[in-house]
Amino acid sequence: MISCSEAVKQLWDYLDGVVEESQREVIEEHLGFCRRCCGELEFAEELRGFLTSHAEEDLPPDVRSRLTATLEELGRT
Amino acid sequence: MARLHALARRLVGGDAEDVVQECLFRAYRSFSQLESQEAGREWLTSILLNCCRDHWRARGRRLEEVELDEVDDFSLFRKIADEDPFPYSDSVHVDFLHQFGGEDVRAILASLPELYRVPLVLVHMAGYHVKEVAFMLEVPLGTMLARLHRGRKLFERELWTYAEQHSLLKEGAGR
Repeated sequence: MISCSEAVKQLWDYLDGVVEESQREVIEEHLGFCRRCCGELEFAEELRGFLTSHAEEDLPPDVRSRLTATLEELGRT
Repeated sequence: MARLHALARRLVGGDAEDVVQECLFRAYRSFSQLESQEAGREWLTSILLNCCRDHWRARGRRLEEVELDEVDDFSLFRKIADEDPFPYSDSVHVDFLHQFGGEDVRAILASLPELYRVPLVLVHMAGYHVKEVAFMLEVPLGTMLARLHRGRKLFERELWTYAEQHSLLKEGAGR
C-alpha cells in the first residue's frame, strides 16, 4: 500500500508508461479507492494535453523565407 | 523547418531563428553521418540540442542541478482545489488552464531552468519517448526521468505563480 504523496509522485511516469509492472499494479490499487488521486491523475492528463496543444505554431513567413534561403544557399555550395 | 523552429522557440525563445540557422549549417556539413532517412528527425533534433547548448554556454548559462526541494511536493491540482479561483465553475481545473494563451505558455517555459525545460519540451511538446530523450541528452534514463519530474512540477508551480502575477485568477479573465 502506498500513500497519496507516493502515488502522486509517480502519476506522470505512470501515464508515460515508464513504471515497472509491479509498481503499476500498486498505483492502480491506490487509484482504486482514492478519489483525490484519481482527480490528480485526470488533471495530469489534462496538463499533458495542454502542453501538447501549445506545441505547434505557424512559422512566420519572413522567418520561413530566410531559412529557405539558407537551405538554397547551402545547396549551391 | 516549422517543427525545428517551434521546438527552438520553446528552448531558446526569441533566438530561435539563429539557432535553427546554425542547426541547418551543421546538419548540412555532417549530412554524411545520417545513417538512414528514418533517423532524420531524431538526428536533426540532436543537432538542434547541441546548438541550443552552445547558445546557452555562450551566454554564460550553466546547466546545473539546482536545489528545488520544495517544488517536488507542489501539486497544482491541490492548489487550484484549495484556492478555488473560479467558485462558480463546475470544472475549475480545466477553466484554470483555459486562462493561458500561447505567449503565456512560452513565457512560463522560458522561466524554467534549461536542465528541466529541455526534457519537458522534448517529451510533452515534441512527442519523443523518454528513452529517446535520454539517448539524445546522453544521460541515464533515471536521471532523465528525475529531471522530467522536476520540470513538470516546476511548470505546474510557475503556471500558478504566473496566473497570480498576471491577474488570470478572475472569472472572465481568460484569453
